[in-house]
Amino acid sequence: MDFAFVVFCFQGLLAALPITLTIWALSVALGALIAAGVTWMRASGIRALDLFARGYIFVFRGVPLLVQLFVIYYGLSSFPAIRHSILWPLLRDAPTCAVISLALCTAAYQSEIFRGALAAVPAREVEAARACGMSGFRLFRRIILPIALRQALPAYSTEVISMTKATALVSLVTIWDMMSVALKIRNDTLVTYTPLLVAGVLYFVLNFVIARVFIAVENHLTPHLRARPT
Amino acid sequence: MQWFDLLGFGPKGWGLALLQGAGMTVLVSIAGLAIGALLGSLVAWSRLSGSWMGGALGESYAALFRGLPELLIIYFVYFGSSGLLTAIGRALGYEGFLGVPPFIAGALAVGVISGAYQAEVFRGAYRAISRGELEAARAVGMGRWLMFRRIIAPQVLRFAIPGLGNLWQVALKDSSLISVTGLAELMREAQVAAGSTRQPFVFYVAGGALYLVLTSISDRVFEAAERRATRGMKRA
Repeated sequence: MDFAFVVFCFQGLLAALPITLTIWALSVALGALIAAGVTWMRASGIRALDLFARGYIFVFRGVPLLVQLFVIYYGLSSFPAIRHSILWPLLRDAPTCAVISLALCTAAYQSEIFRGALAAVPAREVEAARACGMSGFRLFRRIILPIALRQALPAYSTEVISMTKATALVSLVTIWDMMSVALKIRNDTLVTYTPLLVAGVLYFVLNFVIARVFIAVENHLTPHLRARPT
Repeated sequence: MQWFDLLGFGPKGWGLALLQGAGMTVLVSIAGLAIGALLGSLVAWSRLSGSWMGGALGESYAALFRGLPELLIIYFVYFGSSGLLTAIGRALGYEGFLGVPPFIAGALAVGVISGAYQAEVFRGAYRAISRGELEAARAVGMGRWLMFRRIIAPQVLRFAIPGLGNLWQVALKDSSLISVTGLAELMREAQVAAGSTRQPFVFYVAGGALYLVLTSISDRVFEAAERRATRGMKRA
């Protein structure tokens, strides 16, 4: 393995890191918004909304992300009605399509995490808050949300990490992310292992950093579970 | 042309091709899950063995393959194994490119990914076996192999069914990425059909629907398997 070539791969891949990170951050954030909506629908107690949310989760968790990405990027653009609509400037753009489809997919998983976290909020805390006179939004903001978010963190970090891995799929819809750059270097130089290995190192470090950040946040938010200083 | 002609089984229909693709998806996922079971149980065993080296090896394998994008692993296994085979061929005097068949490369890739997760499932399942049963087995004089076959394996499998069900779904979905190697599985067939009819929406939605059918059927199968495996256990 040639050292100069490794450096060349690193430089090429690092130049593509911002694209990967942007798509990742936007889709996780948009996914969280959609997931909040889906979770609200499931908890709303309105039958039609609940059924819709269940159907959404069933479809987006049961179909491979690659299929979803291709339906949105290649599938929707085959309709003249969409090509002539005001949405076309958005749907023509590969990164936008990628963000939309990654967000729709992660929203299904995230809403399951949120639902589990809401269910884990102890009923006695909610009762105590009601006894103190809190209700509605204040109860949600002060009691339910903080406890639920804390509960959701471990599962949420897993989902967020699986999203960095999922961003590699956007290389298949003409986006120059790290994965496509690695494949391009491989194609141009016919060196089999090095570009993919370097890309692997970068993805691994990225995931490692994200996992550490989540562990730090979790540790910060659960002072009551830390070992007492002796 | 109407969509039901495109998806039908007539001369211009792609229905049969899609169904064959779905069959290939199931086959490659089963092969991947089996390879993963082998790797996963080896890793679980190495981590439970208490040996420092084995544990570190198993742990790094699991951490590595859970931290890398699935697509990258598939490319790496596909290109990498062919490169390796060609190098071996050259060493044995065969000049020219030797490609690993996409099915084997795909199953191997899905397998190493699945194995990294199955290790955790098996380790958790082993921990769920009550210590008393292992002591009892030893007390009646069972050797290690007999104890594994009669006491450990059946119970590990029983406790592992829910986790394996999840990983089976993951393997099914990961197998769609093998389409990049050209293996004629469901995703690839949908791509070919979409390309030659210029009807991407119809075929990707149809492909997605077939994946949904596969995942829902396997959900049922695993539920039934769990019910059967735990029929002798008390329910809380």
